[in-house]
Amino acid sequence: MTVQLQVRWLVACPLERLQPERGVAALFGDTQVALVRTHDGQVHAIGNVDPFSGAGVLSRGIVGDRGGVPTIASPVYKQAFDLRTGRCLDDPEVSVPTYPVRVVGGMVEVGLP
Amino acid sequence: MKDLLVIGNGMVGHRLVQAVRDRDAAGAWRITVVGAEARAAYDRVALSSYVDGVSAEELTLPELDVELHLGDPAVGIDRDARTVRTESGRVFRYDALVLATGSVPFVPPVPGRDLPGCFVYRTLDDLDAITTAAAEAMAADRPGRRSAVVVGGGLLGLEAARALRLLGLSPQVVEIAPRLLPVQVDEGGGALLRRLVESEDLQVRCGVSVTEITRDRDRLIATLSDGVELDADVIVFSAGIRPADELARRAGLPIGERGGVLVDARCRTHDEAIWAVGEVAALEGRTYGLVAPGYAMAEVVADQLVGGSATVVPAEIDTSTQLKMLGVDVASFGDAHATTPGALEVVVNDPVAGTYSKLVVSDDAKTLLGGILVGDASRYGALRALVGQPLPADPVALIAPGGVDLGTDALPDSAQICSCNAVSKGAIRTAVESGAHDVPAIKACTRAGTSCGSCVPTLKKLLVESGVEVSKALCEHFDRSRAELFEIVSATGIRRFSQLIARYGRGRGCDVCKPAVASILASLGTGHVLDGEQATLQDTNDHFLANLQRNGTYSVVPRIPGGEITPEGLIAIGEVARDFGLYTKITGGQRIDMFGARVEQLPAIWRRLVDAGFESGHAYGKALRTVKSCVGTTWCRYGVQDSVELAVVLELRYRGLRAPHKVKAGVSGCARECAEARSKDFGIIATEKGWNLYVGGNGGFSPRHAELLASDLDTETLVKIIDRFLMFYIRTADRLQRTAAWIESMEGGLDHLRAVVVDDALGICADLEAAMEAHVANYSDEWRGVLEDEEKLARFVSFVNAPDTPDPLIRTRVERGQPVPVGMPEVRR
Ligand code: SRM
Ligand SMILES: Cc1cc2nc3c(=O)[nH]c(=O)nc-3n(C[C@H](O)[C@H](O)[C@H](O)COP(=O)(O)OP(=O)(O)OC[C@H]3O[C@@H](n4cnc5c(N)ncnc54)[C@H](O)[C@@H]3O)c2cc1C
Ligand code: SF4
Ligand code: FES
Repeated sequence: MTVQLQVRWLVACPLERLQPERGVAALFGDTQVALVRTHDGQVHAIGNVDPFSGAGVLSRGIVGDRGGVPTIASPVYKQAFDLRTGRCLDDPEVSVPTYPVRVVGGMVEVGLP
Repeated sequence: MKDLLVIGNGMVGHRLVQAVRDRDAAGAWRITVVGAEARAAYDRVALSSYVDGVSAEELTLPELDVELHLGDPAVGIDRDARTVRTESGRVFRYDALVLATGSVPFVPPVPGRDLPGCFVYRTLDDLDAITTAAAEAMAADRPGRRSAVVVGGGLLGLEAARALRLLGLSPQVVEIAPRLLPVQVDEGGGALLRRLVESEDLQVRCGVSVTEITRDRDRLIATLSDGVELDADVIVFSAGIRPADELARRAGLPIGERGGVLVDARCRTHDEAIWAVGEVAALEGRTYGLVAPGYAMAEVVADQLVGGSATVVPAEIDTSTQLKMLGVDVASFGDAHATTPGALEVVVNDPVAGTYSKLVVSDDAKTLLGGILVGDASRYGALRALVGQPLPADPVALIAPGGVDLGTDALPDSAQICSCNAVSKGAIRTAVESGAHDVPAIKACTRAGTSCGSCVPTLKKLLVESGVEVSKALCEHFDRSRAELFEIVSATGIRRFSQLIARYGRGRGCDVCKPAVASILASLGTGHVLDGEQATLQDTNDHFLANLQRNGTYSVVPRIPGGEITPEGLIAIGEVARDFGLYTKITGGQRIDMFGARVEQLPAIWRRLVDAGFESGHAYGKALRTVKSCVGTTWCRYGVQDSVELAVVLELRYRGLRAPHKVKAGVSGCARECAEARSKDFGIIATEKGWNLYVGGNGGFSPRHAELLASDLDTETLVKIIDRFLMFYIRTADRLQRTAAWIESMEGGLDHLRAVVVDDALGICADLEAAMEAHVANYSDEWRGVLEDEEKLARFVSFVNAPDTPDPLIRTRVERGQPVPVGMPEVRR
């Protein structure tokens, strides 16, 4: 049996609001999402709340890579997170949620449960 | 408990006590020290740095657990009763006695040598007396240069001459031998040395002696053997030293042929209860005027006192020397004069480049015996460590320009790297392996590098070669250091991170290299820090031009140059804080910080502040922070210069200057130093004649006092030197390296810095000044730049899809009448 996960696609912003290699935050109800567009045009969506400080700031970190893994570094205490999986590279027990994301008609949409 | 009595509280006496304390865990010895000087033991090797502004406290050696009697010389030894009597009449009993009385300066028997104005150069008191005499001469109401004569052109004479020049006098050096440094260098080296010294503005007369000194009103005249008469305000004798062996002579102990208390390889005199160490000892007949042999003797005696049987091997005594003189590199080591039978000399003399190098090798040209380096002594550390070792390459190649690079790999573990403290390569390697991963750590656990400092470059090489040296690579994306990237960016004209990483790095970058490159680009004046791609490189603080706080809000710090602010300014800040609900606090940097601003509030806050005449204070950037000031002449009854005006001028000049780390400054109106200028990266203290400039201070993790770079400057010269200092720092420091660490890591340290930014030794000062002029001309307020640019303003939202919604996680409560963050859900630290 397969479970079809229902997601609602919600519009965040026009793609051009995402400067390559920099993030922005979007708010859906209580949920804060960090949206990051990497150099290759990929858009990633992960939780915006930094698990180490509790502040809603991950989107304000520096985007880059570690050994080829696309990352964003928390601006508070600088831990790096894998943009694809939400896993923290400095502490494997910590991770942030990831969200499906797509671009439709020039608009970035995030899939929320 | 047995009594150890040490006569003489100099460098070697101090080391002896330290060495006994290190070994005598059982506490078998009670130690008493009597010293003639009234001060506690200090670093005599670094004596001359006293005139550079290093304080007596800084020169003082660490305090030890002993009974100290200072200012009270020993005057008699009763060997039968085993007691020592001092001038004040005290009597001390001993089981073991160590003579460590050092030397006294030799003053040739010239008529007039006792006249006021004649000095020797040995103690801090001597230097105080010379400084006072020089100051009096400078203050005298008469035209013309103030001059000095130094009798003796050896190492000490040249050091004394340099000190006199720093005190404002024009020194002439008179040397009886046909060349300078006759003991250390040969004829070829001496000739070049003289040329170099003269180009440093010291006059030299060789092959003549002083025959008489007479007084002419308030000046002195030194008559030379060739009839020449030299006017002088101050005369300093440094014509050699004589062992201070008077006590031993009177006690009937055998004395060496040329003076000094005769001791055997155990440093014992003919009386088994008495040892002699340091300059007063004639080890198997020979005395040594250097500290390293004295330290070796001290260690040997300490070993015997705790039951060991160590001895000094005279053949292994290191008599290498390096001249600590600005601008002239001279070093001599090992058998520099080729006295070993059959020794061969290899000389490379390059008068055009101004270098002379000689190596002395064994008759089969396989072993290095010694050498002399003049003009460029950069290989001194490496070559000295090779003495007695097989040569790793052809001797010519070792000293020829562009010859082989001397690695430390070739050295065996027994090679001595630090000769001052007799630390071998093996000992350093062991320290590195057990966790000493930088130079300060090696210093702390082996003592290597803590005396003259000439082995520090070799320590660095060892670190690099042992692979632990945190390689200079910035991060996994760049193999180069920040300084190298700076060179690349300024030479290639590359202005974008993506181009730079594509050509000189790999991958996409990270939170280490991106802000570092952003800082380099900003220092090179590449427009607004949030322009185009540059915006993506910035740390969140630089990205929102404010400081991130723990709850995701930001703090706002407007610039208040010199800490001077009008009532209107204060009111404007107060109104902004009140209207936006911000917490306010006076900072340690003489300005006002407003906390708790949300991203979307920042533009509105700054609109108000800019309208009230404020600019960004760069509290968020690795940039000039504040130039702290005291009240100075305007109000303060002690002020001698207008410190507030200078602070304001400097803060406005350097505002917005991006640097490897933050830069703080201070200006005090007089020596009371209310602005704490000496705890700043650059600090200025007013003098009657102008300004003294100190550099390399900071508070923070490892507080450091700034050191004197130049004194009595007029304002124009002062600003020029600061321009050069800052630009040189920006170009060559590592990422997040403050000025103190930068100067410390520089080969040659403060002297080298002074050579570059004061004396223009590298010829780059004009370039550095021009770079600073460009910065000053191109400065504009970053916040104004944002307010005038819709695209930049669009970034200042908490949420891209809800620009006006505040972050719901930010909540506050009131404490002492002001809003503060409600404790964040501390998830994990
Ligand atoms: C606000 C202030 C404390 C205060 O309320 O007095 C302060 C606050 C911070 N300091 Fe500081 N420092 C402040 C004066 C100082 C001083 C005293 C001074 O400047 O006279 C020192 C010691 C002097 C020095 O730096 O040499 C000081 C030594 C540090 C250090 C340690 C630096 C070091 O070299 O060891 C850090 C950490 C760093 O920069 O890496 C630091 C870092 C910080 C940061 C930026 C930490 C951070 O990353 O969030 C703090 C946030 C400031 C903010 O949000 O506005 N702060 N800090 C002071 C702001 C002065 C100003 O007007 O700009
Ligand atoms: C300006 C200068 C620069 C130098 N540079 C270098 C250098 O670069 N490298 C190097 O290796 N060496 C250098 N030296 C030499 C070095 O300082 C000495 O080798 C070293 O200090 C010798 O130590 P010591 O303990 O034997 O003698 P000192 O340090 O001279 O100590 C002897 C102490 O004994 C005291 N004393 C004398 N008689 C009595 C008495 N009767 N009773 C009680 N106390 C007495 C003296 O007052 C003195 O304080 C330099 C010296 C000077 C002056
Ligand atoms: S440093 Fe001197 S001039 Fe400045 S306020 Fe203090 S006492 Fe006055
Ligand atoms: S050689 Fe002088 S400190 Fe090492």
